[in-house]
Amino acid sequence: MKTRFLAMSIVLVVVLALSSIGLPHSAPVLAQTQAATMAPLTKPIKIAIIMPSAKNDLAWSQAMYDSLVSVQKELGGDKLVQLTVIENMFQVPDAAANAQKFAQQGYDIVILHGTQYGASMFDVAAKFPDVSFAWGTSTDVGKDKGLKNVFAYEARAEEGGYVFGTMAAMMSKTGILGVVGPVNAGDAKLYIDGFEQGAKAANPKVEVKKIFTESFGDIPKATEAAKTLISQKADILTGSAQQVPGAITETQKAKLIWFSTDTDQSVKWPDTVAASMVYDWTAMLKDMIATRVAGEKGGKAYDISLKNGSLKLVFNSKVKVPDEVMKAAKDTMQKIIDGSLIVVGSPAAMAAATAAPTMAATASK
Amino acid sequence: MSAENVPQVVQILAQGVAAATPYLYAGLGEAVGQRSGVYNLGVDGIMLMGAFTAFYTVYTTESLAAAVLFAAIVGALMGLLMAFISVTLRAEQGIGGIGLYIFGLGLSTLLFDKLVSTPLPVNGFPDMPIPVLSDIPIIGPILFDHNLMVYGALLLTPVAWFVLNKTTLGLNIRAVGQNPQAADSLGVNVALVRYLTVTFGGLMAGIAGASLSIALTNIFQHNMTNGIGFIAVALVYFGGWSPLGILFGSLLFSIVTTLQLWLQAFGVQISPSLTNMMPNLATIVALILAVRFYRTSAPLALGRPYKRGEN
Repeated sequence: MKTRFLAMSIVLVVVLALSSIGLPHSAPVLAQTQAATMAPLTKPIKIAIIMPSAKNDLAWSQAMYDSLVSVQKELGGDKLVQLTVIENMFQVPDAAANAQKFAQQGYDIVILHGTQYGASMFDVAAKFPDVSFAWGTSTDVGKDKGLKNVFAYEARAEEGGYVFGTMAAMMSKTGILGVVGPVNAGDAKLYIDGFEQGAKAANPKVEVKKIFTESFGDIPKATEAAKTLISQKADILTGSAQQVPGAITETQKAKLIWFSTDTDQSVKWPDTVAASMVYDWTAMLKDMIATRVAGEKGGKAYDISLKNGSLKLVFNSKVKVPDEVMKAAKDTMQKIIDGSLIVVGSPAAMAAATAAPTMAATASK
Repeated sequence: MSAENVPQVVQILAQGVAAATPYLYAGLGEAVGQRSGVYNLGVDGIMLMGAFTAFYTVYTTESLAAAVLFAAIVGALMGLLMAFISVTLRAEQGIGGIGLYIFGLGLSTLLFDKLVSTPLPVNGFPDMPIPVLSDIPIIGPILFDHNLMVYGALLLTPVAWFVLNKTTLGLNIRAVGQNPQAADSLGVNVALVRYLTVTFGGLMAGIAGASLSIALTNIFQHNMTNGIGFIAVALVYFGGWSPLGILFGSLLFSIVTTLQLWLQAFGVQISPSLTNMMPNLATIVALILAVRFYRTSAPLALGRPYKRGEN
């Protein structure tokens, strides 16, 4: 029953992720600084968000929820920004039904927070051209379907992954790093591939062991994956998705180090989490609202990155990181921001790959 | 467990044995209920309530014993509810079980959101190697270097086998599951036996949930069982309703799960989608072989409510 729908959702995510590789990407519009000078709202705006997990999952859903709440506060509270939140919507058909309901009720923006919702979302978006829809992680705004009311957003997770991989490779005493992965798709794949690339760049001899549970929420399996990696001598671990808390606790028990994604997880594991790659969607959300208020209903693809400041690397002062490692991290961040370092999976890397496939094949090894 | 001198094969087996714990508790409990003729598909929901109860007890009191006790009580109460629905109300057991599962999933999620709200690590059962026995090469780390809940699950198997096959209670349970009219005519209280077995099954599922949140993972999160309860029910069928079969099925499933994680970490070039299927495939293959070599049949009255004078 549930297991079957979860399996279907995973298949859908994988298929969508695979299918998105071949599609031409619309040039991502970086979250604008115009949001900082956004005119105050004159009439209320209704926003609905549909999330695949809990709003307090310390991960994917929470990052967006926290950003929404922060934007709501900034733009005038719940009178001006009316927020409706649907959590734990892991059944894709239910998500589509809810999206349709919100569209019928005249919501301004309906956010479907998960790649698995994409296909159903496009169906609903086609039926309600006056309602704005947003989804991620993706760059597909439905241009090829003739839609003008879809926003898409993506996180440049490979950038944070690269920096953390560099740090982990430099800090590891055993030379073995461990990754507890969910499904190898979407921003998880970007992060993990970036992590591996950054690690090997810092130390070509480092071994990056990866285990994929093929689920975003399988806490027991993710915990067993962490145990396995620790048994195989990984002394620095990382991972992605809401299933990681058990894995981080295992890491804490073994007195090792973890690099986090999505939210600042050092608050729960202060001696274990060295740094977190935090998704701050507030600037993007403000721009989306401003765009809608100005009359445009969609058509923008956003990404959050180190350069536009919405991808934040939060370092935990309670975990001792050697000075030369911090310096390497800061240098790497600067190189990514000014474009001199191209990380696998980034738009620049993909542009280079389509331009010169043979070069990219050797470069990615 | 120090990984220093222990060969990797042994480490894999040891990790697999520990990982079988929730399947064993839940599966053995469910088997007792099914042998008496009642199947409970709500095991996963009861496990979630047991997991939350145990987690919350440790979170607020730091007492592991109290956590297991309260998880057992909560599980027993939910089992009692299932017994009432199946035996007294004689409702369709499959539907009643799924309803119980949804109830357990929803209630554990609600309680977690209201009382805790965010994933937090707790101090669960520590490893307790058994002196002398854990030093035996190979067998030592595999069987004698775990936490108390793992030992409990392993010991439960021979106890369950003994009770089912060598005691009057076990005889009555089996009789009620095979032919409730005959049992009734010989003075066995069919309803009472089924109430006992299904409540016991719930109690065990509650403890299985506790083993997840305070022994195997030390955390609680929404829907953290991720379907383990359903696998446990399936293992009852695969194990031929016998404690030894369930032990074998649970160990096979868990060891192969552990093996596929290790294989991925070794860097074996097989798609994770395929390796994650391995435990399920292995169990199906084992079932095919088992059916070929010895007949395993369900209790004849499984799933059929009993009322004196009907049937």
